[in-house]
Amino acid sequence: MSTETQDDGLEYNFAYLDEQTKRMIRRALLKAVAVPGYQVPFAGREMPMPYGWGTGGIQVTASILEPDDVLKVIDQGADDTTNAVSIRKFFQRVAGVATTEKTEGATLIQTRHRIPEMPLHEGQILVYQVPIPEPLRFLEPRETETRKMHALEEYGLMHVKLYEDIARHGHIATTYAYPVKVNDRYIMDPSPTPKFDNPKMNRCAALQLFGAGREKRIYAVPPYTDVVSLDFEDHPFEIQAWDNPCSLCGETNSFLDEVIMDDQGTRMFVCSDTDHCTTRQQQGYQGPGQEAAE
Amino acid sequence: MTETENLQTPLLSVQSVTKTYGPHLGCSDISFDLYPGEVVGIVGESGSGKTTLLNCLAGRLTPDAGKVLYTDRLGSALNVHTVSEPQRRMLMRTDWAFVHQHARDGLRMTVSAGGNVGERLMAGGARHYGNIREQALDWLEKTEVDVSRIDDRPDTFSGGMQQRLQIARNLVTGPRLVFMDEPTGGLDVSVQARLLDLLRGLVSEMGLSAIIVTHDLAVARLLSHRLVVMRRGQIVETGLTDQVLDDPQDAYTQLLVSSVLHP
Repeated sequence: MSTETQDDGLEYNFAYLDEQTKRMIRRALLKAVAVPGYQVPFAGREMPMPYGWGTGGIQVTASILEPDDVLKVIDQGADDTTNAVSIRKFFQRVAGVATTEKTEGATLIQTRHRIPEMPLHEGQILVYQVPIPEPLRFLEPRETETRKMHALEEYGLMHVKLYEDIARHGHIATTYAYPVKVNDRYIMDPSPTPKFDNPKMNRCAALQLFGAGREKRIYAVPPYTDVVSLDFEDHPFEIQAWDNPCSLCGETNSFLDEVIMDDQGTRMFVCSDTDHCTTRQQQGYQGPGQEAAE
Repeated sequence: MTETENLQTPLLSVQSVTKTYGPHLGCSDISFDLYPGEVVGIVGESGSGKTTLLNCLAGRLTPDAGKVLYTDRLGSALNVHTVSEPQRRMLMRTDWAFVHQHARDGLRMTVSAGGNVGERLMAGGARHYGNIREQALDWLEKTEVDVSRIDDRPDTFSGGMQQRLQIARNLVTGPRLVFMDEPTGGLDVSVQARLLDLLRGLVSEMGLSAIIVTHDLAVARLLSHRLVVMRRGQIVETGLTDQVLDDPQDAYTQLLVSSVLHP
């Protein structure tokens, strides 16, 4: 199947990648789903964008995209930031699929750094862009050794990192890429999502796929799989909390971005999930910022 | 000794271990037994194969011939080089300890002293921060490392402190068998003396069995019960430490003993 683009007449195979590549990636995906949290190597391709811009996520998305899929792309929770806009446009052009900004209506969501606030439902797929898939990397630089540690379930070192956090800061100061244990077996890096999102991964109804383009690894969390954030008995896992609600929609239970408004140090806290925020505003919710403006 | 151990069964039995590096000989046809609670010193000049032998014994190198049998806590003999890798790695972080000549090889230099000591505990499943820290403090005190330095990284420590920290990190899980490769190498004499005192105290207090590789006969005399003298990859003499050092029989041992300066 191929898609002809309107503007330059160039013809791409549906969703850019050739069918053989898609098959290769799908095989890696099947293995990843079969062994939750295990990093499956795959022959990552050069994509028409630099590493670090989501090449891993794009390859996963391209391999599983179907013509009747509805695609949503978010970057730091927002639908309107550079990375999200360009990836969405990319797939509009090379696959011609429908796109949306609504979490509810999307069948496939590619994300960088966030999980939507609205709970995902069965049948949805969440694709993460992953820069560094190996959670043990900064403690153990040797790839042979980290593989062995995964194989033999030697995960003491991961707690050394958390120990260091507490010794240095008095609490576990890791706020993103917070290590999790998947299905009571593999330790996994949930990509640089804030730890605020970790609880959403646990027993999530949607399929979660992770693609790391530069490192050429794919891993997955199937629906309804246990995902537990690591912690100490006397220093349990905690998520971030904010003193203020969202200035625009008044939400008190979402991940907030701090926006600096002027040179006087005025700042505003708004939902990082733009779809969640606009949906709430349409429903009539108002935050302190809106009330003041009226 | 806390466990009821059969003192007649060797803890480690070394049988005809040979290791060559291509045409170069590492060590050849080495056999000896180590009994529970015993400290055996391996002495010899540089290049005599001491470290090669130690690495073979500790499962870090695979010998070309011969075998090393270790008697575990349940009393069954394990061949160090044919047990499965998970089992060997398990031994290495629970029953065994390896003190490197250079503390840098045995420590994580980017992790605080407390984290270094706690690593083996956490690898063993300890998940209570307060308890881990308490044990780390306890061990720093035992090894005479200033407890206020617990959150400092070992690269800010002096050589002697690093070596003591390495010992604390290794002994925290109460191993049964300790391998030491020149534990006092590169330290000045007063620091050496304190370290030796410390080691001697710990060995007798914990009832440790140990194999100590050293070229320093004074270290060998202070720490070990028995001596194995090596030259060119072979054992030239074995016996009780005092016996070997005071009444050496082999010509090479006589040379070795007479080479030591007596100020």
